[in-house]
Amino acid sequence: MNLGDGSLIARAPASVKLAGLALLAAGVLALPSAPAVGLAGLGLLGLYAFAGLPPVVAWTQVRPLRWVLLVLFGFHALTRGWEAAAMVTGKLAITVALAGLLTLTTKVSELLEVIERVMRRVPGVNAERAALVFTLAIRAIPVVAALAAEIRDAQRARGGGLDVRAYGVPLVVRSLRYSDALGEALVARGVDD
Amino acid sequence: MIEVCDVTHSFGERVVLRSVSVTLAERRIAVIGANGSGKSTFARLLNGLVVPDAGRVSVHGASTAHNAAAVRRMVGFVFTDPDAQIVMPTVAEDVAFGLRKRKLGKDKLERMVAEALERMGLSDHAEHPAHLLSGGQKQLLALTSVLVTEPRILVCDEPTTLLDLPNTTRVLELIAALPQQVVMVTHDLPAIAGYDRALVFHEGRLVADDAPGPAVKFYQALVT
Repeated sequence: MNLGDGSLIARAPASVKLAGLALLAAGVLALPSAPAVGLAGLGLLGLYAFAGLPPVVAWTQVRPLRWVLLVLFGFHALTRGWEAAAMVTGKLAITVALAGLLTLTTKVSELLEVIERVMRRVPGVNAERAALVFTLAIRAIPVVAALAAEIRDAQRARGGGLDVRAYGVPLVVRSLRYSDALGEALVARGVDD
Repeated sequence: MIEVCDVTHSFGERVVLRSVSVTLAERRIAVIGANGSGKSTFARLLNGLVVPDAGRVSVHGASTAHNAAAVRRMVGFVFTDPDAQIVMPTVAEDVAFGLRKRKLGKDKLERMVAEALERMGLSDHAEHPAHLLSGGQKQLLALTSVLVTEPRILVCDEPTTLLDLPNTTRVLELIAALPQQVVMVTHDLPAIAGYDRALVFHEGRLVADDAPGPAVKFYQALVT
């Protein structure tokens, strides 16, 4: 989905945005203190605002990782103290939100063109195939998420509690079936031709 | 024209098609039969997704075994589950995916995609994520993505099985209006009433080849 289509960020070339993401992510990871990470967080919200996106959209990008961040924070707080915990989790959250800003303001096909161009320079790599793998990975996320939700609903409908095996096995089987069907559809659409 | 000559095919030990021979020249051809009768495998033969163990299949003279790429350019394929055939994350990008090897200019590509979406009534969804479409819209997208490549023949494997009545009607109307030759595998027997020809498969054999009326009667007598 491309939001904030009219903004300068949305209109910037995907290659510039990818390079910008790499530089900003490297910069965030190198921040030396918790206050600096806090300032970077404010800068991130500024970037979202510049792209015409409210702060809540940044949170929706990070939200799926909230439990991971919580565990990470707890672990670092116990082993290295509060400031280190805030720095580690803050840096991760900011980096994820930066990546989210890129995907929110850039068409996947434009990102893939950049990836394909870069891959062409790597010897021995089939650039088109590599780009397709990225595409399919992105496409598979909502499909597998829907499969997971269906399996969870089916378990609930049958009165089942949390059973990792009863949840994981059908998810793996149905995901493999999906990948088989997708492979067949790709052949039908002439990917290998 | 599609020619299927003495085709036999197995998956492992299981023989799914036995000595099937048929020539398909009509504009609208239905393929019916019970689950496991071999009709989906038959459909997959027609664009080279399945290459037969024995016998041969050719489309306008091109063999599916030796010239699969040319066959696939002529024969578009629509599957039952649209989720498994939508490749790109957004609607317009998925339609454009099938055209990427034609090296069209950006303007022409965008124009072709826009026109294809317009024809199918999907223009308002062009930039939407494909996974957020309804089941019917997804199948329309799958159909659009195939038709934008302008195949001469369209093979549909139960394209309405997962759809509700309004979407089934919409998809069938769109398919009925196509200029292409259509081969449709279906369990929707009333939907094939206007077809030119119907093939009935049973246990891997082509057991009836007739006008839809008599073919459906034969099939119903066979399974009841």
